[in-house]
Amino acid sequence: MPTKLKWTARRMAPLLLALLCLPWPIYAEDDEGERFASVPLLPLYKQECSACHVAYPPGLLPAQSWRRLMSGLPRHFGTDASLDATSVKQISDWLGKHAAPSAYGAWATPTEDRITRSAWFGRQHNEIPARTWKLPAVKSAANCAACHTRADQGDFNERYVRIPR
Amino acid sequence: MNTGISTRLMAAVVLTAAGWSELATAATPAQLLAQYNAQAAAPSSAERGGILFTSRHASNWSCASCHGVQPTGLGQHAATGRPIQALAPAFNPERFTDAAKVEKWFRRNCKDVLGRECSASEKADVLSWLISLKP
Repeated sequence: MPTKLKWTARRMAPLLLALLCLPWPIYAEDDEGERFASVPLLPLYKQECSACHVAYPPGLLPAQSWRRLMSGLPRHFGTDASLDATSVKQISDWLGKHAAPSAYGAWATPTEDRITRSAWFGRQHNEIPARTWKLPAVKSAANCAACHTRADQGDFNERYVRIPR
Repeated sequence: MNTGISTRLMAAVVLTAAGWSELATAATPAQLLAQYNAQAAAPSSAERGGILFTSRHASNWSCASCHGVQPTGLGQHAATGRPIQALAPAFNPERFTDAAKVEKWFRRNCKDVLGRECSASEKADVLSWLISLKP
């Protein structure tokens, strides 16, 4: 038995080492939101974008997604969010600069460039039952402020989460 | 290096100036209504404006879908759920005080609701109806 165990350990060691070397996301599951949300918001971004929704922290999407969103504002998730060219440029540049790190590669680009379709979003919300998402006070997964009481200030700390019933 | 800094400084000055010029479109609801009326062929009708505001058009939405049937209190964005402040100027003094902002939102929202931009006379109708709503 001990011989067999030793043999297994010897066989497994390189595999374990290889696993450790994989590019795991640096952020731990607990503080994904914290890490993403730490940039002070550009006033123009806040003014223009938070007219319709929470001013999502720029680190919630990779630069590629922000670029696509900013170049398609007249058809923005079913609504016309068109903006003058100067503002588009200023906001795009700022979003690009503070987007999620490109080191995480293509997997970080969520379906339809929706923050709510990101893998980390699913992980962070896997304990929320389906009925909660359907509450009238929540309405949409895009409505961060329904539960994250400080979402407007870019604070997604779990301490300030109040889930409506 | 110095050139870089002065270029950036100049860019900042130009951008700030651009920001101010956009802010410099201050107006009152009555002035904006007069402008739209001047562009329109016929005088505005608050009644027509109310009907336009509350009925559904090309899309599934009406203006009221987000602003409420009586836009005198909080509305809610039909897609995101975000609260929308009262639209009638008597209930929210910030409304219709910035011509550029008013034009931006008429452009976007008419496209969402009607599938096209609104005419000057439609804008005059809606605005005169909104002005007619009093506490």
